[in-house]
Formats: sequence, structure tokens, C-alpha cells
Amino acid sequence: MTQPVIYLDNNATTRVAPEVFESMVPFLTDLYGNPSSMHDFGGNLQEYVEEARAQVAALIGAEDPSEIIFTSCGTEADNTAIASALRANPGKKHIITSKVEHPAVLNYFEYLENSGYEVTWLPVDGDGLLDADRVEAAIRDDTALCSLMWANNETGVIFPIDQIGERLKKHGVMFHTDAVQAVGKIPIDLSRTPVDMLSLSGHKFHAPKGIGALYVRRGTMFYPYLIGGHQERGRRSGTTPVPLIAAIGTAAKLAIASMESEATSVSALRDRLEEGIRATVPGIVFVGDRKNRLPNTANISFEYVEGEAILLMLSEENIAASSGSACSSDSLEPSHVLRAMGLPFELCHASIRFSLSRYTTVSDIDIAIEKLPGVIANLRNISPFTPPEMRG
Amino acid sequence: MAWKYSKKVRDHYLHPRNVGEVNNADAIGEIGSMVCGDALKLTLSVDKTTDRILDAKFQTYGCGSAIASSSALTEIIIGMTIDEALNVSNQDLAEYLDGLPEEKMHCSVMGKEALEAAVANYRGEDHSHEEEDEGKIVCHCFAVTDRQIEKAITENSLTTVGQITNYTKAGGACGSCLGKIDTILQSVLSRSRPMPEPRQNDFEPIVKPEGKMSMFKKIRLIEEVLEKEIRPALGYDHGGLELLDIEGNTVYIRLTGKCHACTNNDSTLAFISSQLENILGEPIDLQNLE
Repeated sequence: MTQPVIYLDNNATTRVAPEVFESMVPFLTDLYGNPSSMHDFGGNLQEYVEEARAQVAALIGAEDPSEIIFTSCGTEADNTAIASALRANPGKKHIITSKVEHPAVLNYFEYLENSGYEVTWLPVDGDGLLDADRVEAAIRDDTALCSLMWANNETGVIFPIDQIGERLKKHGVMFHTDAVQAVGKIPIDLSRTPVDMLSLSGHKFHAPKGIGALYVRRGTMFYPYLIGGHQERGRRSGTTPVPLIAAIGTAAKLAIASMESEATSVSALRDRLEEGIRATVPGIVFVGDRKNRLPNTANISFEYVEGEAILLMLSEENIAASSGSACSSDSLEPSHVLRAMGLPFELCHASIRFSLSRYTTVSDIDIAIEKLPGVIANLRNISPFTPPEMRG
Repeated sequence: MAWKYSKKVRDHYLHPRNVGEVNNADAIGEIGSMVCGDALKLTLSVDKTTDRILDAKFQTYGCGSAIASSSALTEIIIGMTIDEALNVSNQDLAEYLDGLPEEKMHCSVMGKEALEAAVANYRGEDHSHEEEDEGKIVCHCFAVTDRQIEKAITENSLTTVGQITNYTKAGGACGSCLGKIDTILQSVLSRSRPMPEPRQNDFEPIVKPEGKMSMFKKIRLIEEVLEKEIRPALGYDHGGLELLDIEGNTVYIRLTGKCHACTNNDSTLAFISSQLENILGEPIDLQNLE
């Protein structure tokens, strides 16, 4: 591909920031030591690890860097948190989550349900929102854990984690949040928001793939998931990946510096995209709450056509997006998130997610707006369901 | 995930041939729905004296391979007689496109079904009679009937439930009908092989897939164990078994043939459940329904 891609799939993964790449280089070249070593050549690297830990802590408002445990990815952080919470609450057999979680939580809860736990699967409303009252109403004496995502990967809809956290705290229920899509995009301040554990993933905010973190509030009972050496103070064994940790630290620093300006500039581009599509393509449905959502995410359903076909046509135009359509996944079922919101199947099949980043340009958006009407019109001309007035 | 489509599939979804509706169509075949995620409307113009297809056009709602399969179908059948067209199989469609990903074979089946519907319409076949013939719905998510499943099995020589899902979509959503699909599969297979032949084990170890065992994976695995380990063993004694249903860890089967009348059922059942438990790595409750 010679032309640069118009990348509107940043909720899937992001470009590594040039500054992040630079910050890794010393640890991929000269400073290759192991921070667990006794000699200075390796041992001295621990200070870079601690610097990065402090940067990640600052990004989410953690009160102490020691509350950050580096993991290999968001899924590992999620699995670790859930397993730890259950071990910390032996005898409690009830757990709470929502129907729209990422598979890293959803499928683990399904596994737990099959192994004897009782799961409350909280529904969301038609806009993808979840009410804190509903969460509180689900609490029982034997509730071991509540795990809810901060922001949804498909719709960008944000749950009221502050309010939910207060309710759970009142009842003494352990609270984990999968904040993989929220961290780096919206302000998070754990010094004010009562969550016990939080998962994040570096590659969603311009660090490379292969590094994530789990926040564990001081005083929270914690059991490690990986058993082995003494790395991460025995909380997560495995050789310390210094280059990746340096990278996530730098990415956190960049996110703190630019979050405020990005929230406006990225959401302005997202709104430009939505308005551009609304003005040029008839028969569309915006999916998800318009207010409580990430600044970078748009989810739009195009009536009478199917999502995978849209993605293939966009891909021909060198535009990358993603879809909740069944055909674009290896399952035959459309997105569980959209179905939990009660979106009709035909709109689930036709939904396209555009997700932006700080590297998205006005020109990217304008090219997308220029190309999309043709793609949709083309597919509508092929579709047997398109009403005559929408045919070209 | 990105599918590996052949150049020909790509060419046909980017530049589909014969899109639209034939004026004053002599035959109309409609299949699928928006809810299911794919649908095809095929219209034909037919020379009534020679039964030759003069023109064919399609409208498709669906993914790239559904559009490509529809486009290929029209290209293939234009110029054929109705009888010749009926001999076009879904495999022919896939071959014309230099192959389809296994998970997308249902798109070629949709093409074939639309063609059959159009021919039935052309011949003025009694609609009510036709419905009776369509069989019973097995997969409610995708409205797939037992007849469609049986047809896909025989026409494509399918041997596993997973393949049936790839070819018909049946069982691909909630998974609650997978047990029923297996029953249909076994009955079709036993018809094509009336006496279970003692056969060599192929010595390929069955490996439990990594990660979470969804119901779908579990049923696939159980079916594989039954097919590779258990049925051959029962076959030596001219017995057999059908998988009826799976609920959680309870596996419902029915012993057939000589096993059915055998007085040594308890040891047979113990053998089956120990084989299943070995591979699944979890206790199962095996129920033999008479």
C-alpha cells in the first residue's frame, strides 16, 4: 500500500506515538539489562520502571505508584482482577457484571457461571446506558465482585463509574472496572472515584501492544495470577519488559499533557464526521447515547446494507473502520453490545464504528465523508430491501 | 477478522455482474432476510419454448462473499436451460470464485437455494405443497430446516456439526440446536453407511482446544470423541450411538444397533463417559435415553 491509510479504527488499536518509540530505543539497544539483576547494569534499570509506574499512576489519579502492577495486556489485567477478587471473597458465590462487557470480562464471567457462580448480567438501556440504582439493586449479601467497564469499546458509551463506585462502597462490594477504552481518552481520578481495581492497556493510547496495567487500591486484598519470580513485588511474575514499560510511561505522560485539548479537537473531528455523514447519506441511525460517550467514537448504522460489505468497500478506498456485523467476526451472531441495547438485528448487521485519535486529520475525515456516500449508495443499489427513493 | 478472499471473489463483490431485476421476470426466487444477515432475490427471463435462461439478475443484502456468490450464480446460469441450471451445485459456485472461506460456504448455499426457489416459481409448483416439503425448522435463529441441513450434508459430504454451521449457518448463533443438528447428521451418515464399518483409528490425538470452552466448542469436541474414539469401538460389536443433547455437563445419548439390545450396557456407558471425561478434562453425566 503506497497511500497512507485513513485509520478510523483506534478503538481496536492505535499508532505508536513517535515520542513513545524514541523512549523505547535505549532499552532495545544499549540498556538491555534485567532490572532484577544484582549488578548495576541491570539493577539500575528499575528506576526507569518506577518512573513509568509513576506516570501511569498519574494518568489515572492513583494516590501511590505502588498501586500499579504492569501486565502483558488488558485481558491479563481483567482476568487477574477477577480471579483475585474471588479468592479474596471465599464463600461468596454471586458476581455482577453487564451484558455489554469486553470478552475479557464477559467470557470469564460465563466460565465462572458454568463453574457454579451465580451471575447477575445487568442490562443496558437503548442508548447503552447503565443506571447506578440498577447496580445497587443487584447487590446481595454474598456478592463477591462487581465488574463493569468504564467506557464501551463499540459505542464509546460511558458508565457512571463514580456513582456506581459509591454505591458498591456503601455495601462493601469489591469493584473492578475495565477502563481499557477510557484511559487516555477521558480524565480518570481514582483519588476521588472509589474503585478497587482498574484495568488499562497501553496500545489503546499510543504505546505498543504487549503492555497493560492493573491498578489495585492500597488495602485491597490481592492474589497474583502468574506465580513465579518476585517481579512487581511478587504481584505479577515474569521478566520485567523494560522497553514496553518505558513506552507505556511515555504514552501516559503524553496523554496527560494532551488530554484536555484532544477531548475538544478529537470530538470536533468526530462531530464533523457524523454531521458530514448525516448530510450526505439518508437512512442512518446513530447508535449509543450522544452525551455520555468517548470523544473519539462514532457508531452509525446504515439501513438496508450489511456491515462487512461496507468495510470491504471502505478498505478498497483505503479507509479502515470496524463493524458490529456478524459477518465481520468469526461468529454468526452480530455484536452482543448492540443486541443488549435492543437494536434490531438488521441494524446490528449494518453498524459501523469509526474511532479517531490525536493523529486523525481534518483531511482524513473529509475523505471519509467524500467516499462513504458512494459506498453506501452502491451497496443499496445491490440490496433487495432498499426503497425506490434511495436507489440511484 | 479479515477473511482471505480470492481475487475472483474480490472482483465479484467490487464489480458485481447482473445487479438488479429482470423486467417482466418469468421466475423469481427470494431467500433469506435482513434479520438473518443475508438475503438474495434472483429474477430470471426464460425462453418458454426452450426453457433456456435468457437473462438473470440479482439483488443481495449481505457480506462480500454473499454478493460475489450471487454475481457468480447469474454469470454461470445465463444461457443454460432450467434443467442444466438445477444441476449447478453450491460447490460449483464456490469453484467458479476460486473458492470461498469455509465459514462463508453458506453464501454459496444461499445462491443455490435462490436458484431452486426461482425454478419452483417458474414451474408454478404448488406453494403449499412446497412448504410441506421444506421440513421442520431446526435452527430458529437462522430459520434453517431439517431438510436444508440434510441437503447440505449430502451435497457437500459434510461429516461434522461445525461444517454444517459453515454451510447453512444453523447452530451458529445461540447454539441450542447443535444437539439436534448432530442427530440429523448421524441419521444421514448412518443412511449412507447402513452398517457401521469397523474402521481403523487414524491415531491423530484429539486435542482439547485452548481457552474457554463455549457450548459450541464443547459439542464439537464431544462429537469428535464420539466419531473418532467411540463409534469405531462400538462398530466392532455392530452397535452405534446417537448424540441427542447436551445440557451443561449432562450428555444425552441413545445406544443403537446391537448396543441397544445389549445386556452389557453399563460397561459400555462407563467406557464412553471415561473417554469423554479424559478429553474434556471435566466430569460428565452420561444419560442413555431409551
